Order: sequence, then structure tokens, then C-alpha cells
Amino acid sequence: MEYAIEIEGISKRYGDVQALQQIDLRVGKGEIMGLIGPDGAGKSTLYRILTTLLLPDEGSASLNGYDIVKDYRHLRQILGYMPGRFSLYQDLTVEENLEFFATIFGTTIKENYHLIEEIYVQLEPFKDRQAGNLSGGMKQKLALCCALIHKPEILLLDEPTTGVDPVSRQEFWQMLKRLNTENITILVSTPYMDEAAMCDRVALIQSGEILTTSTPANIRTEYQGQLLSLKSQDMYHLLKTTRSLDGVMSCYSFGERLHVTIDPETSNLEMVQSALSTKGISKVEIKPIEAGVEDIFMQLLKRSDA
Amino acid sequence: MKKYFAFVKKEFRHIFRDKKTLLILFGMPVAQILIFGFALNNEVSDAGVVVYDMSGDYESEQLRTTINASNYFHEVAQVHSIQEIEASFKAGNAKLAVIIPRELGNDLRNGRKSTLKVIADASDPNEAQMLVAYMTAVTMKGTRGKVDAKMELPLVTAEPRMIFNPELKSVYMFVPGVMGFILLLVSAMMTSLTIAKEKEFGTMELLLVSPLRSTHIIFGKVTPYWILSFINAMIIIILGITVFDMPLNGSVTLLIAICLLFSLTALALGIFISSRSNSQMTAMFISMLGLLLPTILLSGFIFPIENMPIVLRGVSHIIPARWFIIIIKGIMIQGAGLSILLKPFGILGLITLFFSVAAIRGVKPRLDA
Repeated sequence: MEYAIEIEGISKRYGDVQALQQIDLRVGKGEIMGLIGPDGAGKSTLYRILTTLLLPDEGSASLNGYDIVKDYRHLRQILGYMPGRFSLYQDLTVEENLEFFATIFGTTIKENYHLIEEIYVQLEPFKDRQAGNLSGGMKQKLALCCALIHKPEILLLDEPTTGVDPVSRQEFWQMLKRLNTENITILVSTPYMDEAAMCDRVALIQSGEILTTSTPANIRTEYQGQLLSLKSQDMYHLLKTTRSLDGVMSCYSFGERLHVTIDPETSNLEMVQSALSTKGISKVEIKPIEAGVEDIFMQLLKRSDA
Repeated sequence: MKKYFAFVKKEFRHIFRDKKTLLILFGMPVAQILIFGFALNNEVSDAGVVVYDMSGDYESEQLRTTINASNYFHEVAQVHSIQEIEASFKAGNAKLAVIIPRELGNDLRNGRKSTLKVIADASDPNEAQMLVAYMTAVTMKGTRGKVDAKMELPLVTAEPRMIFNPELKSVYMFVPGVMGFILLLVSAMMTSLTIAKEKEFGTMELLLVSPLRSTHIIFGKVTPYWILSFINAMIIIILGITVFDMPLNGSVTLLIAICLLFSLTALALGIFISSRSNSQMTAMFISMLGLLLPTILLSGFIFPIENMPIVLRGVSHIIPARWFIIIIKGIMIQGAGLSILLKPFGILGLITLFFSVAAIRGVKPRLDA
């Protein structure tokens, strides 16, 4: 497989804080790679290194074969970058922002209009409004347009959907999927687990380290133990009791239910049910479920902590 | 080139959309020059005086008429004791008191010297000295006619003659000073602020991750402010000439050249500051403390450089505004040509070159060093 992004052993330290530790990551050409991790995991630092804004302390990386240190000038022509924070000119209008970014990349809005058309039609009614007065979702759409207007080969999106309403988030992802068919490689970070399923592959990152890299489907098979979902009237009591049972590896509340992982060698669904009823909790809705990205992430975090 | 023009266009949009920036850019120079020109001048005009006339004869009456007839003083009240003088100083009615001795008429008639007592409120020492000097001049003139013939003249009299500025108009000093100050403010502070703003709002990241070179960014930032500060300089000069009767004895071309050069100095300083600050707040403080304050205090604008302690006098050599003021005064008032002003021009040029190089080198192609 040909790689668009190759990262080898990249480390970065800010004073006492080790922001990135020996990061290795490969993203195939035309792939959508999701970078999933909590706030402070080092996602934005990795983005700044890949966009040639920061130099790594150790390691190397190349994008489409161009080195991030040596060939930074060339890379700046072929990358599309959308920073985590809204970073357009608030006092320029939608159209002026777009026009400015098109011009500094030596192109025009007209030339690459087909790339942004789908989102830009939604922005068009507001094209004379100053960017600072747009809603959160509109701002992100405009930022994506500005990052796309020069037809980048690789798109680096740092938390593009943070602070965006669910409908806009969905539209945003449809847009990314369509861009993907134009053979643009996309590295997108997100703190939302549900967005992981939209990626071709995902990498889980925590405390500056990549925990695992896999496809959203395969990552489920990495889950250790059997996952059960529990629900009862008195959730607090249920949580405390379940945690004290033998054979329970972990127990978290998950929305209005509990996600309980049991060791299949020493326990099973029936054993949990009977153990709970002997402790006085009988009306429990209990069913086996398949692990989602969130469950896997929680487990990986726990393992890496241990 | 297209990229550069796109940048300049964007920069002009920022400037014209921000009412506060516009106000600082154009409201401030006009306000400053008018304030300095009208309010803060230290010439004596129509100061209030109380008179304690112990004599009350024809001569003293004449003397009082002379004092009142001058444009510098007017009598606000007659008093009859030293206590009353103090009271009127405290009340702020008068700054100066003249005590006319009982023997004034007698002495004058007999060709003797007579001494007036002049008491000044020295809570503002500069003003007090000035008032006393003016009063001395006025009363000397008033009595000279009477005594000249009989009075023995002192052996040596200094007869000062003020050239270039015979009326000692302080506006001649303020116009170049305010100009230097405004140009620094507009060019240095505003550019350092706009670059710091790009860093603060994260747009600098996007500019860096584009094919734009640092030179595009720097020249794109500088061009609009260069044009605007030049317009400002012209506004101040025109105001100085029309409203305050500043002369323009030298060459206009030279005047324009120095305004362009000094704006460039200020812009280089601004970029230099911004490359070392990451927020608008820091940029503002550095420009205030590092540029504006020394400019006001050490350029000779307000305090004469000759009166400074030797260390400060040394420091004043690296204050660009000092040389700017010398050149502007040279051109406008003395009508000096380039050959005379070569030294200050050269020094200003060197300072500009130094900071331009430092500024361009200070703008890194990445976020960290």
C-alpha cells in the first residue's frame, strides 16, 4: 500500500510536559484516518508538526513523500489545514475570507468551486456576513471551504466538528466522504467516539501515545471479556453492587445503562443475574452487547494505565 | 505580486472596518496637535496679578497702567496686606503679586533706584520663573522713560535676540514632537498590534501554512500603515502651518523624505516588537513602555536634552524621535538643507536599517524558534 502520511518515532516535549511520545502512524493514500483521543492527548501538537508549524524533538514524518522539515515549503502548497480553533478573519465576510485564502494559494474560487460547492451553497445566503457573526456550524463549514479551496492533496482537520450541532456534524462527515472520492487523503481528529465509525481506520491516542490503530470493525475484536448492558430502577445501587461481584472486570455507567465487562472464563450472564438477585436486586434488564469504540477506548486506557 | 496585493487589500479592510483603529489613526493626530498647540503652551498670556500699592501716587498709577496694558498681565485686585496676597494665591485668583513701595514716586523723581517687590506663587516653579521674568521686562519698560536720562546705566546689559523663533512660540517645538510621537504610535504600535492579533486569533498559523513567504506577510502588513502614517504626517504639517503659523523655510521634498524614512523606522520597530510578543496586550505594553514613553521623555520633545543627566543624554542618542525632531526643526524652521542635516539623517537611516534587519530575521517560518 502506498502511504500518504508516514510518521516515524515522533516525540515532542514542552518544558516538563511530554506532549508526544514515539508516535508511529501510517495513513494510506485516499484514506480517511480518524485520530481519536480526549482533550490534551497531543492531537493538536501532532497536527502542528504535520503542518510544518512545529519541529519534532525526535523522529521524522513525510507527507506524500515530502519531509516535514526539509520540504516544508512544498508541503505548504499541498496541505489543507483546519486548526482546532476557529481561525479565520472575523471582520472579513464569508466571501472575502474565501477569496483571500484562494489568492494566497495562487488560485481562484472559480477554479476549485466544484470541491466546495456542496457546503458553499449553504453559506451563500450569508456570503456578505462577517465571519465573526456566523453560527458555530457555519464557521466550521467556512473553515473547511477555506482549507479546501486550493485543492489540497492531504487534508488535516483538527477537531472540525467540536461545538457543532448533530445535524451539521452529519453533513460535515458526508462532505468528507465525498471529498474522499476525489482521492484526497484525510486525517481527522475528534473527541467524539461515534465519528470513529465513519473513518476507514482509526488511531486511538492518549497522553501522547498511540494506543492502537485499526479499522472501526476490527477494533471490536480487540475487546477483552464479554460486555453486558444492565438497567434497573435504582441505578446507583446497581452500579455499586455490580462492581463488588466476582468476575466483573469493569463497570461504567453509559447513558442510562451500565456497561459491565465480565471475564468469560469465570462468569457469565446467568451468574451475574443470580448474584444480583441474591443481593436483593431482582428487576434487572440484562443483555449481551457488542463493544463500541468507546468501550474499547476505556479498556485500552485502563490497560495502558496499569 | 498578486498575493501581496491580496494581503494589502485584506489589511486595509481590517483597518477601515474597525472604528477604534480609525479613530486612533486619524482622530488622535488632530486632537493631539490641537491640544499641544493650544492648551499646553507655556507662554505667558493675560496672567492674573494682584497689586499692593503702598504709594498710590501718580507714578504708581502709571506703572499699574503699563502692567495692565501689556498682553501678559491684568490686574485682578488691589490688596492692602501681605496676608491678602497669600490669600489670593491660595484662592487661585492670581499667580503673581506686585508690591509698589511707598517711595516709588519720590525715588524716581530724584533719579534714585527704586525696587519693586514681585512675589510669585512658585507651586509651579517653571511658570513662576516665567512670570517673574515677564514682569521684570514689563516694569523696566514702564519706568525706563522716566529714569533713563538721570539713571546710571549698568555697565553691561545683555540684550537677547531670539532668532528663528523670535516670539518663542512653543508650538515650534510641539509640532515636530507630536509628529514624531504620532508616527511612532500609528506605525509602531498599530503594526505590532495587528501582527499580535493574527497570532492571538490563530490566523497566523494559517498564514504560515500557506505558500506566503515571511516577506509577503511583512510587506503586506507594512504597506497600508506606511501610506496611512505618511498621510498623518502631512495632516500634522498642514495643521502646524495653517493653524499655528509654523514656517516652512526648507525643502518640501526633504520634508517628505524624512517623513517617509521615519515612518519606516517606526514600522520596523513595530514588526520587531510583534515578533517578540504573542498577544495584543504584550505588544501594547512593549510599545508603550519601550517606545512611546522614552519618546516623550528622552527625545527632547518635552524636556531639553541638555538638562538631562549624562546617562540619559547617552540613551537619548538611540531614540529615533530625537533625530527626527532635529531634522524637522532644521527643515521647517531653520530652512536647513541636506548637507547640514546629513548626520541626523544618517543616524536615523542606520537605526532603521538595524531594526528592519532584526525585524525580518525575527519573523520565523514556524511557530517556535
